[in-house]
Amino acid sequence: MTTATLERLAVSTDADVVRVRQAVRTFAQQARLSLVDQTKFVTAASELARNMLVYGGGGDVEVEVVSDGRRTGVRAAFADEGPGIPDLDLALTDGWTSGGGLGLGLSGSRRLVGQFSIDTAPGAGTRVEIATWSR
Amino acid sequence: MTESVPILKIGTTLLVSIQVDLQDDTALQLQEDLADRITRTGARGVIIDISGLEIVDSFIGRMLAAVAAISRVLDAQTVVVGMRPAVAITMVELGLSLGGVRTALDVERGLAMLEPDEESAEDVLLAAAAEREQR
Ligand SMILES: Nc1ncnc2c1ncn2[C@@H]1O[C@H](COP(=O)(O)OP(=O)(O)O)[C@@H](O)[C@H]1O
Ligand SMILES: [Mg+2]
Repeated sequence: MTTATLERLAVSTDADVVRVRQAVRTFAQQARLSLVDQTKFVTAASELARNMLVYGGGGDVEVEVVSDGRRTGVRAAFADEGPGIPDLDLALTDGWTSGGGLGLGLSGSRRLVGQFSIDTAPGAGTRVEIATWSR
Repeated sequence: MTESVPILKIGTTLLVSIQVDLQDDTALQLQEDLADRITRTGARGVIIDISGLEIVDSFIGRMLAAVAAISRVLDAQTVVVGMRPAVAITMVELGLSLGGVRTALDVERGLAMLEPDEESAEDVLLAAAAEREQR
């Protein structure tokens, strides 16, 4: 069986967010994550894809299976060219939202994955990268 | 927008079984449809079966909490049933508490929560039947 090792998806509608969840699920399975880790990773991806759509005006997702020779993992990057996040500490606070959300997307997804990093600046867009390794 | 989620009416209870991954606009539509059906039918209970959902992120979590709150105002109770274990673990780590939402393991137990009186009436009848059989 041949399997894709990298996929790029554009996000500009609610339906695209669903497609991101489905693609990320497939890659998390390929990376042999446990069911709980898969569920956590897909949930984080859903939050980040939605943020990209709602606050970033849409963007692109890149998801891939990675390997360090010993373990496999899944990595996903969410990049938009929106307004960026002016106060990252504030945005990462549980319950803080500039819109009408629950304010759990960024802070919560950071807890759900193995690795989490954000690159953002006012006017320069936002790029969030997450990864989880199989155990 | 994808097709809407069907709402079944059984006696005074509305039953919604979410079988597919919901995109955000469909979830909001379901929330509105449920409020509408409760007022039109005078339903006293709503059961939302989420056993088909692979994830519950903050958007779906907020929708479930909103349905519970709205139904309470309309004098009906909502019970969310069938949450998968991996989903429950993930939700807690995400920070979603679903505080005001009643939950049950499956539809049957959800119904029993909504209709304690009828349930006990049924128990009485069953017990009576069992007794007759013994004689
Ligand atoms: N891609 C993004 N571009 C710009 N701002 C963002 C982005 N993602 C998140 N934010 C900001 O961070 C805040 C917190 O995000 P999040 O934790 O997902 O909560 P919520 O989406 O419920 O507001 C958002 O309200 C928004 O102001
Ligand atoms: Mg969010």
